[in-house]
Amino acid sequence: MDALTFGVQLLNGVQYGLLLFLVAAGLTLVFGILGVINLAHGAFYMLGAYFAYWISAHTGSFAAALVGGVAISFLLGLVLEELFVKRLYGRDHLAQVLLSFGLILVIDEVRQMLFGKDVHSVAPPAWLQGSIQLTDVLSYPVYRLALCVVCLAAAGAIFYVIQRTRLGMIIRAGAENRDMTRALGIPFDLVNKYVFAGGIALAALGGILVSPISTVFPGMGDGMLILSFVVVVLGGIGSVAGAAIGALMIGLTDTFGKVFFPQVSSILIYVLMAGVLLWRPNGLLGKKEA
Amino acid sequence: MSALLKVDGLQCFYGVSQVLHGVNLTVNRGEQIALIGRNGMGKTTLLKALTGLLQDRRGAIGFAGASSLNAKPEEIARRGLAYVPEGRGIFGSLSVVENLLMSARPGVSGSRRWTIDRVFEVFPRLHQRRGNGGHQLSGGEQQMLSIGRALMTNPDLILLDEATEGLAPLIAKDIWNTLGIIRDEGIATIVVDKDHRSLSKVADRMVIMSKGEIAFDGSPAALRTDPSILEKHLGV
Repeated sequence: MDALTFGVQLLNGVQYGLLLFLVAAGLTLVFGILGVINLAHGAFYMLGAYFAYWISAHTGSFAAALVGGVAISFLLGLVLEELFVKRLYGRDHLAQVLLSFGLILVIDEVRQMLFGKDVHSVAPPAWLQGSIQLTDVLSYPVYRLALCVVCLAAAGAIFYVIQRTRLGMIIRAGAENRDMTRALGIPFDLVNKYVFAGGIALAALGGILVSPISTVFPGMGDGMLILSFVVVVLGGIGSVAGAAIGALMIGLTDTFGKVFFPQVSSILIYVLMAGVLLWRPNGLLGKKEA
Repeated sequence: MSALLKVDGLQCFYGVSQVLHGVNLTVNRGEQIALIGRNGMGKTTLLKALTGLLQDRRGAIGFAGASSLNAKPEEIARRGLAYVPEGRGIFGSLSVVENLLMSARPGVSGSRRWTIDRVFEVFPRLHQRRGNGGHQLSGGEQQMLSIGRALMTNPDLILLDEATEGLAPLIAKDIWNTLGIIRDEGIATIVVDKDHRSLSKVADRMVIMSKGEIAFDGSPAALRTDPSILEKHLGV
């Protein structure tokens, strides 16, 4: 493998990792702060992709799909939190798993009614449609580069909100000691609502961004859910920084695994996860007792 | 003087066991109350019931002109109650500045007397440690931070549990001085501490709890006139 091919694979791995991070960041926030295991997280990734298909098919604008899809998902998150998810706080994990699994079924059925079960493709914005010619046989799509940039920007925004804003301070404080934040007058119910909706919106954003380079199909959220859980466990539950590291590790392992060890590539990420957990049972940046 | 807090026949339960057996207590605006008694007599339970963190309670609690018996902790806090819990409750993953900023808000009357600069003025030590994480602070610094964080909500009543527990005498003296400052600001306090001598110097009233009830409620002078009361409820 020459340096250029290696570079392209490296870029692919990073891009995959960044995308995984967006989805896993939402999952780890909901898990770490609300204490809710949301199996339906992957379904919102799938929904995001269908929103992107639907909006861009009607408006012809990918930008509209991006903004509209995220906005719809955020509102959907607020509604679902109010109707269902808030009943799960403090309940045991079985109740959470059952309800969020039920949500998957409902979301799938609604998707079936609204968009059918056909496989779709979404066109990237015209100005990102080209490829950069690297050599005579090797080229790299501009959209994939743009995807990296958008993911990095979103990751930067997430870290900014959590590390630098008052809302972020409250979120971190609440993750540590919810009762204390409430005794200080923080309406944590409201914080929960926005964290959940924000997590859903991030999953949908991942689905929207991936739609021009993948196909949009009904089961696309399932694999993403599993991978996101691997990332969350690897990075440490509730740790956004851990999710970032974990997502990049998984992205690179998966990409290079397929290149170098194609026979065993499908199990490599699980080997990686098992290895990390043997070394650090609470994940890379997880708290001592989970 | 109007009553800021009026507790009437308050009963509290942990599961099936009853911890408070009908507590009556009135706190006026700006009044400093010392709450003393042996361990396990219900002092912390009373404070937790007042914050709303302990939900299983019966009786009547009126605070700032409204019943807070069925209110959520955040609602009660927003009516002007601040809580400095036993063990301080500092957010270890947040810096000193962040611990203070996250709770900041104007008081019920809209007053913003307590700002981060003001807290640093009262606790210069916190200013030196402002960039440190909560988990890096000593016990005394944590207590200052916990009090500062409570003040940042511009409250009318502060509940201070185990004010000086585990603190070096010099640091404890700082805390007692701070209570004087808080009192001069017209903020009411209920202070729980083992050091009843220091408390009797700063408090307007001494309240002794015994077995989930109020056993004595009177001025420090009244308590001094009858040493048998202290002997009975605090002596070992």
